[in-house]
Amino acid sequence: MRLLLREALLSFRRAPLLSALSITTIAFSLFTVGLFGLVAINMQQALRDVGTRVEIVAYIMRGTPLEAITVAAQDINAFPEVSAVDYIDEEQALAQAQAELVEFRDAYRDLRVNPLPASFEIHLREGSRDAAIVAAVAERVTGFDFIDDVRFGRVWIERLDQIRNVAGMVGLIIGIAFAAAAIVIIGTTIRMAVLQRAREITIMRLVGATDWFIRGPFLLEGALKGLLGGVCAIGLAYAAFVVFGKRAVALPDLVFFEPLQLAIGVLFGVAIGLSGSLVSVGRHLKDV
Amino acid sequence: MIRFQEVTKTYAKGETALRDVSFRVSKGEFLFLTGHSGAGKSTVLKLLYAEQRPTHGEVRVSGFLVSSLGRAEVPRLRRRLGVVFQDFRLLEDRTAEENVAFALEVTGARRDTISNRVARVMTQVGLASKMRAYPSELSGGEQQRVVIARALVNDPPILLADEPTGNLDPRATRGIFKLLQDINAGGTCVVMATHNLDLVRRAEYRSIEMRSGAIVFDSAEADRPAATS
Repeated sequence: MRLLLREALLSFRRAPLLSALSITTIAFSLFTVGLFGLVAINMQQALRDVGTRVEIVAYIMRGTPLEAITVAAQDINAFPEVSAVDYIDEEQALAQAQAELVEFRDAYRDLRVNPLPASFEIHLREGSRDAAIVAAVAERVTGFDFIDDVRFGRVWIERLDQIRNVAGMVGLIIGIAFAAAAIVIIGTTIRMAVLQRAREITIMRLVGATDWFIRGPFLLEGALKGLLGGVCAIGLAYAAFVVFGKRAVALPDLVFFEPLQLAIGVLFGVAIGLSGSLVSVGRHLKDV
Repeated sequence: MIRFQEVTKTYAKGETALRDVSFRVSKGEFLFLTGHSGAGKSTVLKLLYAEQRPTHGEVRVSGFLVSSLGRAEVPRLRRRLGVVFQDFRLLEDRTAEENVAFALEVTGARRDTISNRVARVMTQVGLASKMRAYPSELSGGEQQRVVIARALVNDPPILLADEPTGNLDPRATRGIFKLLQDINAGGTCVVMATHNLDLVRRAEYRSIEMRSGAIVFDSAEADRPAATS
C-alpha cells in the first residue's frame, strides 16, 4: 500500500502541469453540476415551503347536508396522496377571514349574512405535491357534486416544477460534457505516464510484477485526481453559494448540499478519475 | 529444470528465429549459449522467461509449461527466474539498493524482510559499500553487479544472462564471470548467452552453439561416447 501510494504520488511530481489540468477539469465538471444542483435543491426547498402553504381548497355548496360532507371528508382522506382534510364551516371561514384579512375586518363585522362558503382544506403528503398530482387530486375532488369550486396554486407549482426540471437537466448535460472532457484529459495524462514509464514497466514485468500491481499506481493516481477535483468543486460551489447568498437578500432561506450529497459528488469525481485511468491503462499497457 | 522439445519460433514478420531446437538443462548446471548475433540465443532466453511463446514445440522451465502459460501465470514464472541483460536495465532515479528492493516489492514481500535480503545479496555481489549510489555513479561492472543482485534477491533456482559482459572491459568481465560461477557453485542453474569465446574456452562448462536458429554443436552430446552400431 505504501509502495502504491509512493508510485502514484511520484507521477504528480513528474507531470505537475498535466495533473493540475486533470484536477481542474474534474473540479469544473463537478462545479457545474453542483451549481445547477444547488439551484435545483433550492427550488425543491421552495416548492416544499410553497407546498405546505398552498393546498387544495374545495368550496362546498350551501345547504349540503353535514352527513354528506362527513362521508366525503372520509373519502378524500383515504386518497393515497392526501395527508389530512380539514372541514371549515361557514362560521370558521368568517372567523378565519376576520383574523387573517385585517383590512376587511370592519366590513366583515357589518355583514348580516355570512357570504363565505364552507370548504375542505386538503393537505397533501410530501412527495405528492408536484403539479401533476395536485391537479389530479383536485380533479377527483371536483367529482363530488356538492363541490362548487376547487382552488390550488396550480400555475405557481407548475412553473416552479418546470424551472427545477430545466435546471436539473441543464446541469446534468453540461456536467456530463465536462466529465467526458475530464475522462479524456485524465486518459491522456495516464497514457503519457505509461509511455514515460515504459522502461520501468518493462523492468517491473521482468521481475515478476502482476498486471494489477503495475496498474495499481496508475489507477490510484486517477482516483486521487478525481478526489482532489471533487474537493475543489465543493470549495468552488461553497464560495459561489456564499457570494450569491450575500447578494440575494430577498432569498434568506437558501440551502447548501447535505453531507451525503457532498460525499456522492466527491465519489463521482473519483469515478471520473478512475474510469479515465482504467481505459487508458488497459489500452496502453499492452503496447509497452 | 529446463527442457526445449522440437521448438520452432517464427516472429510475426515471418522471420524464423528458431528451428526444431531440443535440449535439456539439469538442476545446478552452467550452460553457455554461443553463436553470432541473430543466431537465436536471445530468442531461447526470451522463451525461457516467457517474453515469447514457441510457435511449435514445448518449452518447460522449472515446472512451468511456457507453451501454454496463461498471462496471469507469467509473473509467477518470472519470480522463479533471475534475468540479467547486457544493457543492465536499472532505474536511473533509484539507488542501487532501491533497484534491488524493487524486485522484492513487486512480489509483495514484507518490508522488514526486504532490507535484510537486499543487504545480503549486495554483500554477495561485493557492493555492500555502494548501496546508496545511483546507477550513474557506478561503473559498468558495478551496475551489472546490481543487476545480478536484483536477479538473485528472490532466490531463483535459475539465472538467465543475456550477454552480461557485452558492455564491460576485460577486468570487469572477469569479475562478473567469477560472480556467476560462484552463484552456480551455490546450486543455481545458470544459462548465459555470450559472444565471448574466451570465457567459454577457459571454463569447463557445457556449451551449445547456435547458427541460423538451429543448434549446431552441443558439448554435452560431443562428450558422450558415440553409440556403436
